[in-house]
Amino acid sequence: MSRDLSYEAVMARRGDITRQAVGIDYAEFERSPIAFDYEGLMEQTGYSLDEVQRIQQLTQVGNTPLVELRNITCLARKLAGPGKGARIFLKDEAANPSGSFKARRASVSVYRARQLGYPGVACASSGNYAAAVASQAAKWGLKCIILQEVFDSRGLGQPEIVEKGRACEAYGAEVWQLSVGPELFYVFLRILEETGYFSASLYTPFAIAGIETLGYEIGQQVIEREGRPPDAVVITHAGGGNVTGTARGLRKAGCTATQIIGASVDLRGLHMASDHDFNRKSFTTGHTGFGVPFATFPDRADVPRNAARALRYLDRYVLVSQGEVFYATEMLAQLEGLERGPAGNTSLAAAFCIAQQLDRDQIVVVQETEYTGAGKHPSAQLTFARQNGVEVRRGDPRENRPGQAIVIPAHPGQMAVEELDLDGIRRSYVRNALQRAGSYQPTEADWRFLAEDCHSTVEAVRAWHTAE
Amino acid sequence: MNKAKAGDWVQIHNVVLPPGERAPQVPADTQQVPFEMRLKGFLVDAEAEVGQDVTIETVIGRRIQGTLVAVNPAYPHGFGEPVAELLTIGRELRALLEEAAQ
Repeated sequence: MSRDLSYEAVMARRGDITRQAVGIDYAEFERSPIAFDYEGLMEQTGYSLDEVQRIQQLTQVGNTPLVELRNITCLARKLAGPGKGARIFLKDEAANPSGSFKARRASVSVYRARQLGYPGVACASSGNYAAAVASQAAKWGLKCIILQEVFDSRGLGQPEIVEKGRACEAYGAEVWQLSVGPELFYVFLRILEETGYFSASLYTPFAIAGIETLGYEIGQQVIEREGRPPDAVVITHAGGGNVTGTARGLRKAGCTATQIIGASVDLRGLHMASDHDFNRKSFTTGHTGFGVPFATFPDRADVPRNAARALRYLDRYVLVSQGEVFYATEMLAQLEGLERGPAGNTSLAAAFCIAQQLDRDQIVVVQETEYTGAGKHPSAQLTFARQNGVEVRRGDPRENRPGQAIVIPAHPGQMAVEELDLDGIRRSYVRNALQRAGSYQPTEADWRFLAEDCHSTVEAVRAWHTAE
Repeated sequence: MNKAKAGDWVQIHNVVLPPGERAPQVPADTQQVPFEMRLKGFLVDAEAEVGQDVTIETVIGRRIQGTLVAVNPAYPHGFGEPVAELLTIGRELRALLEEAAQ
């Protein structure tokens, strides 16, 4: 009997398809309609730091250089007040096999697929993660299928995503290029069901365990070189994995007092599933369109419980504009001789501003870079933006309007981060969690889970709920 | 190039969901357009012209049917045009750095 392949029928089978495709029974870790055993899930289904390091060594992932950005630090000090201007370091993650930190995330997933005997891996990603999975699949001899959201109804592809598709094809993957819309997940489920491949989801415990080595290496490298942990680490935030894995790794390196600062590109006002808005953005990840919804409702992911839970770890969450990130990208190339990004330089743009708030003897680490190339380049993105009716000019970056105007700072002194109110985001998180639990009455254990899951206190969480 | 023969590298296209059958959460502008896919592979049919229904074999050996839309499809992306707004940033930043050094 042939299966019903309609949208509704396939989506209704998502639980079974996902369980088969990631090899985890999430039900074991559920505690109530609100709470689950997060650390239990991470420990029992993930890998220890030692195991991850060993797996990553097998495919040349990790152990990337940490470089001090002396010229950019000097510039930040020129702009900062007396005694201000922390030293800025950068973790050059572009040195990974597929050119980004996503190789860490993919390495453990693909290793897992190989260990469990899956014939191949499939991955739904329009970004660096797709290339990372394809690269790791090539190293482990597994077949690979990538699904990308890449073109609008005119058939026009976002250059950065077109480039990622090319990279995946270079690594020998079958690349499905899809138009705008969340139905990509429906096609993904159909392919998983048809092929029996492993789902290299971004949000499994193994994917997150893969990033822990990044935080751990940063902690170790700074301590080894400077004799103390970094004061702050700035992390580009989208789906939450980068923040979660890095923060967990820093803790494992003993950096418990290091401030965890998330940074996203401000794309507020653009609808992520809109055919019209799709090609009016110059950043396809690291932006608020993922960063905010994944913080307030992490379990929106393609697995029942998302192992990437940014709100558990964030101490600050800041926004920068597209124009500021392009400016920081030029700064990195022209003052430090490193042509990287641009999307990965979101955390650099933020760190340049944050360094000016910190003291001169403090250390701030920019946690990643990514490769640059055709499509993934400021001139490629700005040419494309202009062709799609977006105004590009120099000026005050506060005049930046997502989808309408990209304003590249006239002077580095105009760069500034916008602070997002984390308590406001925590309130939304609590509201979402309680709404989804329906008529269920939370127990003491549920309040404790909510407080931990949003990095707050039971008193605060209860007070927000009462005030609703 | 409009014609292809067996073994040529080609691209196919399919409408996965027509307008009206799209996911309920999709915004109004996206509801009005089809959900489409494109995929590349080696042509299985002996010969075909753009616009015909064909079968391809992908690089990992899977056979998929669709409408032939391109033969030997090129990558359309590049580095774009020189962007005047970026060209002077390096010079400006180096001047500021020299001031700071003095």
